Amino acid sequence: MLGGYVISVLAAGWITLSLAFVSLILAVVIGIAAALARLSRSRALRVTATLYTSVVRGIPDLVMMLLVFYSVPALLSQAAQDWGYDVYIEFSPFGAGAATLGLIFGAYMAETFRGALMNIPKGQLEAAEAYGLGRFRIFWRILLPQMMRLALPGFTNNWLVLAKATALVSLLGLQDVMFRAKGAAEATAKPFTFYLLAGGFYLAITAISLFILSRAAKRYELGEKELAR
Amino acid sequence: MSWDIIVENLGFYAQGAKLTVILTVASLAISFVLAMPLALGRNSHNPFLRNAIALYTLVFRGTPLLVQLFLIYYGLAQFDLVRESLLWPWLSSALVCVILTFVLNTTAYTTEIFAGSLRHLPVGEIEAARAYGMSPFTRARRILLPAMLTRSLTLYGNETVMMLHATSLASTVTLLEVTGVARNIALNYYIMFEPYVTAAAIYLVLTLVLVLLFQFAQHRWAGYLQARL
Repeated sequence: MLGGYVISVLAAGWITLSLAFVSLILAVVIGIAAALARLSRSRALRVTATLYTSVVRGIPDLVMMLLVFYSVPALLSQAAQDWGYDVYIEFSPFGAGAATLGLIFGAYMAETFRGALMNIPKGQLEAAEAYGLGRFRIFWRILLPQMMRLALPGFTNNWLVLAKATALVSLLGLQDVMFRAKGAAEATAKPFTFYLLAGGFYLAITAISLFILSRAAKRYELGEKELAR
Repeated sequence: MSWDIIVENLGFYAQGAKLTVILTVASLAISFVLAMPLALGRNSHNPFLRNAIALYTLVFRGTPLLVQLFLIYYGLAQFDLVRESLLWPWLSSALVCVILTFVLNTTAYTTEIFAGSLRHLPVGEIEAARAYGMSPFTRARRILLPAMLTRSLTLYGNETVMMLHATSLASTVTLLEVTGVARNIALNYYIMFEPYVTAAAIYLVLTLVLVLLFQFAQHRWAGYLQARL
């Protein structure tokens, strides 16, 4: 009898994982954009990006999630009614969760990427410019490959925190591992067993990620190690 | 906009902020005391002690705080042994469970931060202490711990901000800290925008205070590390 509940909890793993991956892609895109904005020549871009990263990092994940899930639709509905449209706007838990996590971890990624970009020797940029490479090509062929290596430790850390933060979206009603574990805990009166199962699931994600990403780190460091010797 | 409702309920927000600060300070104070010996043990020569502490930090850093909180608050009731024990009056209280979970969680992170800076201490400092004939206890008290703490300040500052933000999860087990108050007001008055924005603003201010405190601490105690650069 418990077996059915165990399967239903673990089957929700793909929802947790797809939420985590969608959020990660959003976070990386926002993070790169914000990191480039913070290092750009335009003052307006720099100030906007700095404001974004510091405000987002000053608000708890849960409050941010409630803001995106409840406050933003309420504001939009209000605005729509003021304009004379009778619509009620609502976000799906998955959409709101992915948007929030993308927004939050975009700010953390921005800091990681900015640190990595600043550690790339300036001479390389000058050399690339001297070769007449365009701005996009400089980013794609000079900055990005090195940024991947330099940002990997911070990226690993952000990903691990993000994967765990997806559990919060269960509070908005998304049927992820945590939500199903809560359901199973209440139905069977065995809360410890099922929360332990959920904990084991997240621990497995952490362990597998650490294994894969430490191998990736070794791969990216191949050339570096030889030079340093 | 109904900001007048927020103004009417400012007293509740003040009480919520008080509880948020109490939860943060209590968890941080207890975990600070626990993390110092654990960090020394994490780097000890005894493999049993070292690995036991490493397992503890892996489990608590590898699972979501929400899972840990539910495991302790809802999960422990599954066992008759716990329910019949003398500790039950404490373990059935949300406040005790919340602080217990927060302490277990933040101690794991703090231990790793402290142990990390301990590993990066200059070997010469420890050798010099030995050459002076200091006992292991004196060495820890006068050399290792002060050097470890000053080097950890930046990362520990981040951890305290994380802890402040993590207290928002206490609202999921009925505690009325800032997030809990915001949720109550949102549900009572059926306004979705103003309560959460107010909560976010309160967290932003508290975060700013923490950041400024740590900048001051950095200046006061870790200045000698920067002078060298």
